[in-house]
This record gives sequence, structure tokens and C-alpha cells, in this order.
Amino acid sequence: MSAGHPAELEMLFGDYPLDQAFDEMRQANGDLRPQYRALADTLARLPQDELQRRKQSADLSFLTQGITFTVYGRDEGTERIFPYDLLPRLITASEWDRIERGLTQRITALNLFLRDVYSDAKILNDRIIPRELVYSCKHYRRQMRGLQVPRNVYIAVVGSDLLRLNTGEFVVLEDNLRVPSGVSYMLTNRRVMKRTFPELFHSYGVRPIEHYPQLLLATLRSLAPEGRPEPNIVLLTPGVFNSAYFEHTYLARQMGIDLVEGRDLVTHDNVVYMRTTDGLKRVDVIYRRVDDDFSDPLVFRSDSSLGCAGLFNAYRAGNVTVTNAFGTGLADDKAVYAYVPRMIRYYLNEDPILPNVETYLLSEDKERQHVLANLDKLVVKAVGESGGYGMLIGPHSTASQREEFARQIQANPRNYIAQPTLDFSRAPCLIGNRLEPRHVDLRPYVLFGDKVNIVPGGLTRVALEKGSLVVNSSQGGGSKDTWVLEK
Amino acid sequence: MLSRVADSLYWMSRYLERAENTVRQLDVTMSLMLDPGGASAEARWKRLMAALGKKSGMEWSGDLESMARTLVFDSLDPAAVTFCVNGARENARQVREEISSEQWQRLNRLFHQMHSPHAQTQFTSNINDALTSILDGIHLFKGVSDTTMIHGQGWQFIRLGRYLERAYATATLLEVYQPNLSSPLESDRSGYQYLELVGLLRCCTSFEAYCQVYTADVAPDRILEFLLLNRDFPHAIRYCADCVRQAIESIQRTGGRRPPEELTAAIGRLHAMLGYSTISEIVAGDTALFLHTVREQCMRIHELIYRYYVHYSIQSALAV
Repeated sequence: MSAGHPAELEMLFGDYPLDQAFDEMRQANGDLRPQYRALADTLARLPQDELQRRKQSADLSFLTQGITFTVYGRDEGTERIFPYDLLPRLITASEWDRIERGLTQRITALNLFLRDVYSDAKILNDRIIPRELVYSCKHYRRQMRGLQVPRNVYIAVVGSDLLRLNTGEFVVLEDNLRVPSGVSYMLTNRRVMKRTFPELFHSYGVRPIEHYPQLLLATLRSLAPEGRPEPNIVLLTPGVFNSAYFEHTYLARQMGIDLVEGRDLVTHDNVVYMRTTDGLKRVDVIYRRVDDDFSDPLVFRSDSSLGCAGLFNAYRAGNVTVTNAFGTGLADDKAVYAYVPRMIRYYLNEDPILPNVETYLLSEDKERQHVLANLDKLVVKAVGESGGYGMLIGPHSTASQREEFARQIQANPRNYIAQPTLDFSRAPCLIGNRLEPRHVDLRPYVLFGDKVNIVPGGLTRVALEKGSLVVNSSQGGGSKDTWVLEK
Repeated sequence: MLSRVADSLYWMSRYLERAENTVRQLDVTMSLMLDPGGASAEARWKRLMAALGKKSGMEWSGDLESMARTLVFDSLDPAAVTFCVNGARENARQVREEISSEQWQRLNRLFHQMHSPHAQTQFTSNINDALTSILDGIHLFKGVSDTTMIHGQGWQFIRLGRYLERAYATATLLEVYQPNLSSPLESDRSGYQYLELVGLLRCCTSFEAYCQVYTADVAPDRILEFLLLNRDFPHAIRYCADCVRQAIESIQRTGGRRPPEELTAAIGRLHAMLGYSTISEIVAGDTALFLHTVREQCMRIHELIYRYYVHYSIQSALAV
């Protein structure tokens, strides 16, 4: 602990550990990073109980607003408040500039990739990406082959997960191109934070994010089928039991569109309608928050009742836009991920602005041998999973878990990738009365309609458990408000 | 508006109206029991059960406090307050995008109030306060519903739920009180009959309104007239029927579809029954039958609303 902090701050920091991981608030020598000084001053000035009082009033605000997520597998109390941390995470203007350019480049390339793979497959013919990798992906949808997608936009809504390495550099850990969630927590966090630290927020000059729903609506509108000048846009949800149901209702309300479930929809002559009190009403654009598999029992899983029979044919006929398109999970497959830098060079002829995390493809013999020999140091992930499921964190694993994974890898190498265990950045969190460092990532939300739009900020997810590297809310993660500074 | 959403709004509103009715009747019954004369506590409890429409009500155990607690906190009994609040919230949760944040927050707060770990002990320590605070929660919700929600179709479905439930519950209540209303006025003026009749009015929060119209001269015929036929008092059945009619008309105006003959006829019949009858005719005839018919009409209107707005067949909708 370096000198120069006021005594109150010393109390808050206590024995706050600093090591080789990047700390968002403090430099290696213990000094505060310049952008965090005002925050530290405010914390030091607050009377001791005041921070706790603000925490309680923020808690109450989350509870009465019903900002919750659903936990699967329990009858009673299936809703929980989304855990959050009271202290904002700060991102400077120049850091954000790089993130914004990097994500724009990446999304553009990923979209071109999807279009290419589902039409001429040039990138496969040119042997940039192995053919079998694409065709063996479980999210590849052959039904999408040769289908004309409105405005050639496959992925209108994207949430990419970024990490900051100990060099201070941001890298992309994964892209979420199917139904990324969490944006409602970004928006509600901000609302609560503005009330919790009004003076501080004002003095920082934070760039606004509140217009996200409006941008999303404009994006959806720009993708409407031709000849529908006043499109009827709806949000399709799996229903009240889905873990992100709060978010679906929140976005629908903020955009002023109807929130529909599969049972509200019917198709007739390849047109989708919804049942209203005034009879059937045509649907033009569907913002889909239901997975591919459950969207249409006639084309995908026939045992699903969450979707709408005939939806895919209506989509194919061009009578309704469904976004994100079907089959986009192909491009966030964790093995295909390894090729994204090559895609960027291939389609855009540019160098990637945001690097990837080093990734071993276990289908390659040499890489597999290396990984199997070093399982205790690496993170192994199933390629098609998300939400922190199907993962082995080498340094935190037991010998029997490693044996189990080794068996699974050898049985089906295509299904796994491995990455080094990343010592990604940590940010101070209010734990009890003290500040303690916790690992954080960053998920900015990218919209892609007639152009790319990224609201400055995103969801900073926190591994609230001490030492944990898993930030997913389904696994005990929380969130922080993310302040992107004007300058 | 989506049919599923209309369905949820309707039931959200009906459940809350039901919760309010249960709380008020329980409150009145318990305060009547303080007076030793007149009916026994057991008879009053039975009457309460019947007025809440419970065919197999809770048996009188002698422990009023614990029975009251069950009636408030049971989450499995359809007449119990907690059951209704849960139902209202569950319906509201499915239409979060339709109702205002204020509405949701009020309802959510009421829900957490019912489920707080201290709720039951606090209830026992001061039943009166506890009931009042539940009523406050419901009133706040209704207030913000009227002031923060756009008065479009969704709001009209909320009104439909509220007034159909209220008309039905008031008719049930009057049916149960029929023996009290038809017995001759007591000659000794001991005050017990007066208490019973005022209790009936209080069950519909209508004692003060009644006095404004008829003075404090409480008479069975007048009570019946007031609760059945008054045009201006929100708990009178006629007022409720008028509101149902207005709501359907308004839904038609905003949706553009004409309601089917059957529905307009059913609503018109109820409206005419209440609008063009006099109390002397009703009393001269079979009052119980009259009240029974009112309840049947309410159920019929409910079924027709569902058949036409919510559960219609796709074939019929495509044929239009």
C-alpha cells in the first residue's frame, strides 16, 4: 500500500492485494489510475454508514422494480435479484475508441462470413477455414443454404465478451451471435447508479447509453420486408419461465412493441399473424429471443412448443424478418472463433484491431497432444456451449475431472477447444465494508442494421466469488455499471 | 392488443378485486363478532364463507385468530388473500411490458408484503392494522393503474375484470344476507339488527354513501335498492353493469370489430334488468331469484368475452 491515500481510503482498501493481474483501479505500485481519483475521493469523503445506506436503497430499488432473473430447477422463489456491485467500472475515451473500432470490424467480418458460408462458400474453397469444421458445427443450419436474408444482415444484435489482459490490452474471448442477453441489466444498472451517485456521475461526464432501445427499434425497422412501410415489430420470448424473461419484457416495453410467445402466433399462406382482441394481425419483424432449435417445430426440433409452426417457411418466403437469422451460432462456435482473425484479413483485408485469445483446436493432432499434457494449466471449453457450462478450468480442477475431460476430448475432439488460463483484469468491489478485487469482463452490445451502432458501455460482469474466474450470472456472477468517459 | 395479454390483465384485475373483497368482509365480520348479541360467532363465520362463495368453507374451529390468518395467508385457497395477490402478480408478470412500472412496483410491493417473514406474526399482533395495510396496497395499485396507464384496450380489460368481479361478489353477498333483509324490523330497537345491516353496507364500503342518499335511517329495502340499483355509487351492481357496457363499447371503438349480437344482448339484458326495475317490484317478486339471475348474467358475459376476444377459432378469424 503506497502512501498518499487518505486514512478513510486506507480503511476501505485494507489489505487489498495487487499482483500481476491488471487492476482496473490501481497501478502495480498501488497508486490510483488517474481516471479513478474522483471516485476514490468520493468514497473517502462518504461517512462510514453512508455507503451501506446507499447500497441498501439500491438493493430495494432492484427488488421493487422486479429486476430479477430466473433460476432453473427450483419451484419456490424462482426469481432472484441480479447481483450487482455498487462501484462503477471506468473506461477512458481512448480505450473505448479502440474497442468500438475493433468490434465494428469484427462484426462486419462475421456477418460477411455467414453470408459467404450460406451461399458460395468462397472462404472454404480458398481453404482459409477447413470445410469439415464448418459442416460439423452443431449450429450450422443447412436450411439456410441459398436463402436471401433481408439487407444481408444475419446478426443484427451481438454481444461480444472482452477481457483485459495484464498488459492492459482488451482481447475478445467470445462472440455471442445467437440470443445475447444482459442489455437490460446494463440499462437498469445505469438508472440505479445515477440515483446512487448523482454528483459523482455528473462530475465524470459519462457518455449516455439510455437510447439503446431506440437504436434497437430503428435497427429492427430497417430490416422489415419490402413494401411494409409501417412494420409490425414484435419480440418473441420463450415465456415467463425463461431466465431472461425480465429482459424481454423490459425491452418490449422500452421499445413499445408487443411481446409475443409462440402460442400467440399462427401462420397462414406463409404469413405470420398474432392473435389479438381485434382478430389476427400480420407480423413483419420478429426480434427472436428463442433458440433456433425451438423456433419452428416443423423445421427444427419437433417436440418444441415454444415456437410457431410454419415460421421458417414464412421467413423463407420473405414475408417476415426474423432476427438474428437462423444458423448464426455457426460463427460463435468456439472452434470457428479461432479463425476470426483470418476472416477479418480475408474479407476486409485489414489487421484485426482486437486480438483473439490464443486457442488450441483439439481436432489438430499436435495441439491435442499439447493440451492433454497440460490440462492442469489450461481452460477447456465445449465449442457449442455458453453460460459457463461444459467448461474445465485446469488450475481449479481435480485429477478426476481432468481425466473425465481427457476421455471426452479423445472421444470427440471436434467438440472441444482449449485456451490458456487467463489472468484477466480485476476491479474493486464493495464486499462487506471493504473493497476487494474481483475478476471482471466486459460485454458491449453491438447493433447492425443499415449501419453498425454500439452504445458506449456495456455490461461489466463480475465473478463475485473470491478468486473465481466465472462471471456468468447462472454461475454466481454479478454486474457493474460501466462508465465510458467523454474524455 | 394480444389476446393473451388481455386475458392476463383481466385476471390480474379480477384477482385483486377478489382480494379486496375478502379483506373487507373479513374485517367487517370480525368487528361484528365483538358484539355479543345477535348471531353467534360460528353463524357469522359461516355467513362469511358463503358470501365469499366457498361451497366447502373452513369449519368453525373456535379460534378466530388462526382462522382469519389462514383466510389471509393461505396460498392454495382461491378465496384467500395471498392466493389472489399471487394470482394477480403472476398475471402481471406475464404482461410486464403492458402495465406501467408504477403498477408493477405497487403490486410487487404488496406481494413481498404478504410473503415477508414477519407478515404472519405482525398480523396476529394487530389484525386491524394488517388488514388496513393490505387494503392500502390494493388501493394504491388501483390508483396508479388509473393514473399511469394509457386508457386504451388494456385498461378497459382491467375495468372489465374489476367490475364483473365486483358485480358478482356483491350479488353473492346480497343473496347470503337475504334472510336479514327480509326479516321484519325489530321492535325493541336493541341495535343488533342495525349493526348487522350497517355491517352489510360496510362490506361494500357503502355506509357513508348510503347515508348521503337515504340518511342514517337504515332499512332493508333501501339497502337493497342502493346496492342493486344506484346509478352513481361504484359498488352498486347497476353501476358495475354500466361500466362493463362502457368498457366493451370502448374496446369496440379502439379495435374496430363489432362485438357479436350475443355479447351485446347479454350486456343489454343485465343493464335493462337493473336500469328499468324498481325495488318494490323486485321485493314483491322473488328477490333471491333476481340476484341469482344477476350472477348468471355476469358469468355469461364473462364466457362471451372469452369466446370472442381470447379463445376465438383461427378459422373464424381468417374468414373475416
